[in-house]
Amino acid sequence: MVEQQAAILRPETLVDEFKKNGVTHVVTIPDSETNYLYELMLDQDWLDVVPISREGESPGTALGLAIAGKVPVVLIQNTGMMEAGDSIRGMAIDAGFPMVFVVGYRGWTRRGVIRDSAAKYTEPFLNAFGLDYYFVENNTDGDRITTAFEQARATNRPVVVLIGDEYHGFNR
Amino acid sequence: MIHADDVFRVFEEHRGKAIVTTGGVAGRKWPQTSNNPERDVSMGSAMGQTTSAAFGLALGLPDEKIVLFDSEGALLMNLGVLASIAGKQPKNFVHFLLDNEVYATTGGQPVPNNTNIDYASMAKSIGYPSTYHFDNLEDLATNIETIMNEDGPVFVSIKIVPEIENAPMALRDMVPARPRPQTIKELREELGIS
Repeated sequence: MVEQQAAILRPETLVDEFKKNGVTHVVTIPDSETNYLYELMLDQDWLDVVPISREGESPGTALGLAIAGKVPVVLIQNTGMMEAGDSIRGMAIDAGFPMVFVVGYRGWTRRGVIRDSAAKYTEPFLNAFGLDYYFVENNTDGDRITTAFEQARATNRPVVVLIGDEYHGFNR
Repeated sequence: MIHADDVFRVFEEHRGKAIVTTGGVAGRKWPQTSNNPERDVSMGSAMGQTTSAAFGLALGLPDEKIVLFDSEGALLMNLGVLASIAGKQPKNFVHFLLDNEVYATTGGQPVPNNTNIDYASMAKSIGYPSTYHFDNLEDLATNIETIMNEDGPVFVSIKIVPEIENAPMALRDMVPARPRPQTIKELREELGIS
């Protein structure tokens, strides 16, 4: 039980990874599952949280920041990512800038049966767009976020980090 | 209503060193007026997302004046961005909306509720501290200096004459004067961003 708790993805791990990779802005829509992460991000004086009204705004907002020489990360849920499809195409994939999307994998379960269509279509969506992604399920996976940043910088393309534990790790 | 060319001519006189980005019809017409193309940037387009990109640019370059020429068809696809902009209150952001009441590039079909939307009031109520509405050139010319020198975000709605395109898409010149990657590269060089 203790080992399981220690492995749970901690919000601090995400913030540490953002800092390690020079992130300056988080473009995000807060949701109930990520409330503590949101509050933690607001507490960081090196990080500017940019709330948006709908996920489709996130790639464009991040692109503007990237052109300005900043290092944005997009933090949204898989439902919103699918809503943002044309924005991801036009303002991220086609734009030629490194961009990391951290995406809450709503509905995903390792051991159970996936019944939520949000989860069912998430990876097919990413594959259809030709986007590489890394899966972060618990705290020991945290350094995959750095791997995603490294790949984004190397390829000047968006790279996705799927957070498979959003229902446990982001609240206290 | 005002011709878009006249809007750009009046604006250019007071542009100073502002960075200008455009969406909709402005993207094709503004380069013919601009005297400082190194500070014009094409952000691309995706269902109204040029507005979001201009917002991000304003947040990332707080010491530069960022001007967006938006269109009402694009804004209607992404109305929530007004709240996002108002939430962050970028003082360096001037948001022009060129409202011709139609989708000019698809043959002139009206946008929904085209003659009845008060975009300036919408922006005001959502939290832009300063908003304007113009439907004649003289009023725009009288106020443009104030607009360009006050703290933003400023929202300026302008009724413009629709310039409707009906030629088949394959026969139109859809390539911007300077492609997006080139405008971004040259702007970053101008600003010393590596």
